[in-house]
Amino acid sequence: MLSIKNLHASIDGKEILRGINLEIKAGEVHAIMGPNGSGKSTLSAVLAGRSEYEVTEGEIIYNGINLLELEAEDRAREGIFLAFQYPIEIPGVSNINFLKTAIGEIRAYKGLEPLAAKEFLTLLKEKQKLVEIDKALISRSINEGFSGGEKKRNEIFQMAMLEPKLSILDETDSGLDIDALRIVANGVNKLKSKYNATIVITHYQRLLDYIIPDVVHVLYNGKIVKTGPKELALELEEKGYDFIKEVEA
Amino acid sequence: METAIKNSTIKDKLIFEFETSKLFFFGDTQLRNQAMESFYKQGIPDRKHEEYKYTPIVLMLKGEFDFSTNKNCSDEQIEPLKFLKEAYNVIVENGIFVEGLSNLENLPKGVTIFSLVNAATSNSAVFEKHYAQYADIKTDPFIALNTAMTKDGVFIHIAKNVIIEKPIHIIHVATAIENTIIHPRNLIVIDENAQAKIVESYQTVDSKAKTISNALTEIVVGNHAIVEHYKIQDENACLPERKELGYLLNTTQVIQKKQSVFSTHTFTLNGALVRNNLTIVLDDEHIESHLNGLYITSGNQVVDNHTVVDHRRPNCNSNELYKGIIDGKSTATFNGKIFVRKDAQKTNAFQSNKNILLSEDGTINTKPQLEIYADDVKCSHGTSTGKLDQEKIFYLQARGIGLTNAKKLLMHAFASEVVNTVKIEALREYIEGKIAKTFE
Repeated sequence: MLSIKNLHASIDGKEILRGINLEIKAGEVHAIMGPNGSGKSTLSAVLAGRSEYEVTEGEIIYNGINLLELEAEDRAREGIFLAFQYPIEIPGVSNINFLKTAIGEIRAYKGLEPLAAKEFLTLLKEKQKLVEIDKALISRSINEGFSGGEKKRNEIFQMAMLEPKLSILDETDSGLDIDALRIVANGVNKLKSKYNATIVITHYQRLLDYIIPDVVHVLYNGKIVKTGPKELALELEEKGYDFIKEVEA
Repeated sequence: METAIKNSTIKDKLIFEFETSKLFFFGDTQLRNQAMESFYKQGIPDRKHEEYKYTPIVLMLKGEFDFSTNKNCSDEQIEPLKFLKEAYNVIVENGIFVEGLSNLENLPKGVTIFSLVNAATSNSAVFEKHYAQYADIKTDPFIALNTAMTKDGVFIHIAKNVIIEKPIHIIHVATAIENTIIHPRNLIVIDENAQAKIVESYQTVDSKAKTISNALTEIVVGNHAIVEHYKIQDENACLPERKELGYLLNTTQVIQKKQSVFSTHTFTLNGALVRNNLTIVLDDEHIESHLNGLYITSGNQVVDNHTVVDHRRPNCNSNELYKGIIDGKSTATFNGKIFVRKDAQKTNAFQSNKNILLSEDGTINTKPQLEIYADDVKCSHGTSTGKLDQEKIFYLQARGIGLTNAKKLLMHAFASEVVNTVKIEALREYIEGKIAKTFE
């Protein structure tokens, strides 16, 4: 589904990613772990199509398409979803209107008929229950005045509504208490299928107790320095990132 | 004589018109003479005039003018302007109240809607008491000019304790073959404990030349009265091909009495040049005033909002919110003065002006001015001007929404804070529709 080869990316002339290689197949969950400043968020930003980052070398092939040639909105329409580490508040735009517009544009891109109002509401209700988000939150403006946990839950709700093929969860666990973490993880697990893939980016191992990865990668200094089974996450937690730094040195 | 007039300045031409068309003007001769004298002294404000620094009045008045407006609209042109289905429509065509086109059947008891001419001839005591008492001819040349040269307009009186549920919609229509200036004038008096909703809309229809409306509305809000006031300025909406033709100078002078509540909402969606002078005098205690404004400009438009909130007595609240979206080479100005006089202790006065600049060539001038002479008050003002937030745009794009729609959503969101202050549902929907069209 996703094939990243020798990806180099920089921002304001400063190189952050220095040759990433990554292969992800449908149905898989990959965890990307790493210390602060290792390039985790840059990788998710480059995948989602943030224009501030310049890709200087390498390629990203997603379902046979050269992803780097697509605008952010077209990547989303092709089924890439980024759950933001810091979801933005947009006062004045209701979640419902936002999702209606998004689904409308995605369907138009795929050459599908617009969703009837009734179908949309049915979908909304179904997904709202699935990810256990409060109905009242959905009728409010996007993330306006939401708590940290509510914002993260709203990201997962949007993910449920848009039914992406490749989801990237950027530090979705940060700022979540254990109950919220469980609910968010539960939502992600329910949305998992053999047709879609998930990248879980996290600093801590705890989230991976709830979303079990097939593969764990360790990102350090803009490169993937270690790849292993889910047990690698536990090892990292135990030994800390210094152990990787030592390996590197 | 003819050539002398041709080569003379617009100021001289106005004075000539004043002298030769005396019979057609409205109001007391002495008052009109004083007003014309005052206009003569003040002159046409140029860019050196502190209050008209950003309003190119001289440019607007360029060219030949013919003041004998004789063009009329057809019923078919007027009907679509009655956009509120549930309303008492009052048609003012080129500054003249047209009863035949208005819908004033079944007015509730205690509600009077007359032309100014009728109000004056019927010896209305209310009219006599309030006409031309609030907008001071010495303070502004266009107030002076309107007072000197108005021909007609609307007089509305809501008697004590009367509540009129349906809005009164004053539809100002301007149309001209030759460049012209008209001076519509309204007096609205809401007596003690009465309630009313007044909508004023300004449109230019089927014009072939510059159509300048120098409109003036005085509003008296009695003790305990509650009044909602709306201005929809859509000057060129009916002239999509000739957007340079419709001009509007609009003075609104409000006086509020004890414990009254007044809210005013100014939507400027169209017009080559729109200048609003809005003044609210809080003349007693426990008064509440709300001033909301939204201007959406593009092309070469100039929109200038000057507001004055004058707190004269203690324990009053005023709240002002003006927002603007500026595109193209347009210029928008917000100048908001708040006076808190020595006696106006325990005043709460808040003001905010926020702008989005969409283009490199657009200009926004914003100037809040607070003059506070009392010591126990809460006042604040804030202003911001920026571009559309890139972070928000990216967030929307990351969900599959294209750049165009992402921007539209954010502009609607920005405008909605003002639009949502409109309490008349049909009017709010109308404005939302208009705004959506502007963003296309």
